[in-house]
Amino acid sequence: MSATTATPKAPTTTTPRRAPRSSRKVEPIYYLFLFPAVALFTFAITIPGIIGIFFSFTDSIGIGEWKFIGFVNYVAAFSDPAILSSFLFTFGFAFVTVIVVNVIAFGLALGLTSRIRFKMGLRAMFVIPMVVSGIIIAYVFQFLFQNTVPSLGGALGISTLETSILANPDLAWIAIVIVTAWQAIPGTLLIYIAGLLAVPGEVYEAADIDGASPWQQLTRLTLPLVAGYVVINVILGFKNFLNAYDIIVGLTGGGPGTATRSIAMTIISGFMGGDYAYQMATATMFFVVAIIIAVLQLMVTRGRSSI
Amino acid sequence: MTTIAAQGSATTPPTPPRGRRSKVGLERINWPVTIILFLCVTTVLLPLYVTVSMALKTSNQAVDGNALSLPSPVSVQGFVDAWQLTNFPVGFGISLFVTAGTVVATIVLAAFASYAIIRNWDRRMFRWSFFYLLGAMFIPFPVVALPQIQLTGRFALDNPFGVILLATMFQLSFSVLLFTAFLRSIPIELEESARIDGASTWQTFWRIIFPLLAPMSATVGIFAFLYAWNDFMMPSIIISDPDLQTLPVRQYLFQTQFSSNYNVAFASYLMAMAPAIIAYLLAQRWVMEGVTQGAVKG
Repeated sequence: MSATTATPKAPTTTTPRRAPRSSRKVEPIYYLFLFPAVALFTFAITIPGIIGIFFSFTDSIGIGEWKFIGFVNYVAAFSDPAILSSFLFTFGFAFVTVIVVNVIAFGLALGLTSRIRFKMGLRAMFVIPMVVSGIIIAYVFQFLFQNTVPSLGGALGISTLETSILANPDLAWIAIVIVTAWQAIPGTLLIYIAGLLAVPGEVYEAADIDGASPWQQLTRLTLPLVAGYVVINVILGFKNFLNAYDIIVGLTGGGPGTATRSIAMTIISGFMGGDYAYQMATATMFFVVAIIIAVLQLMVTRGRSSI
Repeated sequence: MTTIAAQGSATTPPTPPRGRRSKVGLERINWPVTIILFLCVTTVLLPLYVTVSMALKTSNQAVDGNALSLPSPVSVQGFVDAWQLTNFPVGFGISLFVTAGTVVATIVLAAFASYAIIRNWDRRMFRWSFFYLLGAMFIPFPVVALPQIQLTGRFALDNPFGVILLATMFQLSFSVLLFTAFLRSIPIELEESARIDGASTWQTFWRIIFPLLAPMSATVGIFAFLYAWNDFMMPSIIISDPDLQTLPVRQYLFQTQFSSNYNVAFASYLMAMAPAIIAYLLAQRWVMEGVTQGAVKG
């Protein structure tokens, strides 16, 4: 082999190959095929994005007169406790929920790929929450947290639970984590099941022969072998939870007070509250955060395209 | 004879190694794990049971807010009231229209664009379009929500049509990613014979490529269905006329009117949830495979 310092990357079939630029004519119909998607994207994302960033440097209230004011909105947003708290709440919530969802989903996936009865029926039942609308299930849980949990808490003599946790600014976020996890676990679970089924059985047979304990098999074999799936689930989950909106609207409406207001709720309130440009600045900051996460995602998943 | 009997158990056909450990000898069912999983499943089924049970109560019984008691007597009055109060047929029709429109538009537009991109990968414009379309995956909806409200209002798209356009948009990048990955694995020879027989590109796409894409179209369609049917955030701020709202948004709009008529509220929730759950139970095999396929690729 040649003694190059750079390690040659094995070409994978899924990564696009750079083809030489040819001089052939492109059939016009291909432009017709491509046009609708690109036009729709431009109209619905690119133009609104540019408009939004542009107006974040103005004092617009959404209609009527406006003028340039530079970075005033950004400076104000940085020192605005309402915006800071919604950022802190959303990131804290996303962080906790990702951990809760992945730990539970991984445990369930281990169970659902072991030798159990009613395997397919159980899997099918665990996936049901994925097809239920977030805001509707949030209303169902709101009822449970307001009526059922307090009466159970009273019966068991647990004073903390006798009042609804949705009315407690320090505890309401727990309810949001529970309902979000309830809905997010199925998708995560399916990915873990796919990952666990992809591990060849011989690996475990060899481990059995070598006398590895179940715990060693889990930590030394299973976890390293499905590490790629863990990365996918953590990134996808975190990205979804940062957009938290539906479930919070249904459970607490951002309350009590503003204790559980997410970034999305804060931004969308700008449409009602007349601080349009101000919330566009919030949205632009959120966009920068999303880009940073996207870059991280690309860095981590590059070369993992084989799974 | 005993030796034969003993051999009989030894020559049982080995279970095919389905990617999991197949221990030599008898497959023992792990009952403790089975039981634990059944206990876990109650957390999934309990909220659904409460929904059904509350919906079937009379107003007099539902008002006490006891979620765990069984309905006595069973009454469908909640459904009748919810049907009239939220104007369910209209809401259902609009949800159906938005969902069907989004599913069809997503599959067709994404398949069109993916085919054009893959067959002209050597042209810079098509390559760049691919990455341009992929960019949407990284843009959270709230970031573009406010300008979109203004734009849709200006172009008379602050209605279910606008929701179809935007929902299709948000499903597009992910769907293009799935379709292009799939199209790369299709040998070009399949089309070449059709072209030699004189088929145009248009005919080739519909006769050869689109049928081949069917399994991926199912995956793309499932994701588009789940998003369009269940989403609350986007329709709630795009559709300006409350009478034209989708089912999830109607539950929000009628919260105050439900007040403590829990049986009406839960009947309304159940009617909004049921179609998706029934569709899932009928097609659960495909859904589970499709979601896994899509999520791992994406």
